[in-house]
Amino acid sequence: MTEKISSLSRRNFLRNAGMTAGTLVVASTLPSFNAVLFAAVKRNTKGPWYGIAIDIEKCIGCGTCAKTCKIENNVPQEPFFFRNWVEQYTIKKDGTLKVESPNGGIDGFTQSVPADEIEKTFFVPKMCNHCAKSPCVQVCPVGATYETEEGIVLVDEKYCIGCKYCIQACPYGCRYFHPEKHVVDKCTLCFHRIKKGMNPACMDNCPTKARISGDLNDPESAVSKFIRTKNVYVLKPHLNTGSKLYYNALNQEVR
Amino acid sequence: MPLHLKRLLITGVVVVSLFLLLKHALTPDSFGQYGHYRGNSIAEIAAFPVHFVGNKSCVSCHDTIVNMKNESYHSDLSCEGCHGAAYKHIENPKTEKLIKPNTREFCAKCHSINPARPEKAVTQQNIKDHHPEDNCVKCHNPHQP
Repeated sequence: MTEKISSLSRRNFLRNAGMTAGTLVVASTLPSFNAVLFAAVKRNTKGPWYGIAIDIEKCIGCGTCAKTCKIENNVPQEPFFFRNWVEQYTIKKDGTLKVESPNGGIDGFTQSVPADEIEKTFFVPKMCNHCAKSPCVQVCPVGATYETEEGIVLVDEKYCIGCKYCIQACPYGCRYFHPEKHVVDKCTLCFHRIKKGMNPACMDNCPTKARISGDLNDPESAVSKFIRTKNVYVLKPHLNTGSKLYYNALNQEVR
Repeated sequence: MPLHLKRLLITGVVVVSLFLLLKHALTPDSFGQYGHYRGNSIAEIAAFPVHFVGNKSCVSCHDTIVNMKNESYHSDLSCEGCHGAAYKHIENPKTEKLIKPNTREFCAKCHSINPARPEKAVTQQNIKDHHPEDNCVKCHNPHQP
């Protein structure tokens, strides 16, 4: 007992308080994550470095992307397993925000808020951000999830032990636990299609071509042009995840 | 050397060698090939089957209707976006038929009025007032709307 009390000495208190304050001061001088500055640097010298672009001004909320993904990647049909999905944001005139995603948008959307109460409303398609500094990859205890040289975050379903740490770590909610395989599953940016020279299925089937992906190293790729010509923003930049999913016309209300 | 130290040393050597043997046996061959993961899993994931085969496969048989669609307002649409995945159909076109979605609800997924839909991106109709008794395809050809 006496030892515990002595550890709370003035000297210890001052030292710990000083260290905490010093760390905070140093951390506050670090540059925050900036999507375009990050995209400007070539990361993979051997081949492509994939990024994604979603144009909110083109998304009509049909849910074809979410429906397509489930078929292409054998995602369970139950309405709580998604590799990608669409959310409808409605900012109401009373200053509140309503976010809806019935069945991930697969069955389409009907506006639930009366027209005279709406200040602004829009759709936000969500999917894995394929972060370059992925928190999900960092927490995996066995090395079952990783980032390929092309910048795509994958899960090795034969090696995953199903501990679900990565589901907790992903700030974008882009991972789920597969109920039959008992491993974690997530968007692969249709790695099996990309490697065969095709586009991801959700992007091929998007009727308004609101979503594209491509090589950030290539200045002539559709994604690079998108970043150059639009006012792009990533989700949760303060978390410094190195997100490579660039949105056009993203409102700050989107979480 | 005293006996108890000798025993300790032997136990230590046995434990460490067992650990190294187990580690060698349990670590997959390709682990660490590119990084802290199983290198072979990249090829395994890349080998997953493709379900949506793309418009290029459709046009080889259905060229008239694909070309008609490509010249219409629906030019950006993928065939399989409405008709479903065609990976079985291209193998057995006679037996594996695709869906022909022709309900009002299906068209409404894109074309019903919703203030969240950008007006420029898609034509929108009030589906409650616009010929509520009829199917959309009665007047509108989906391949030439």
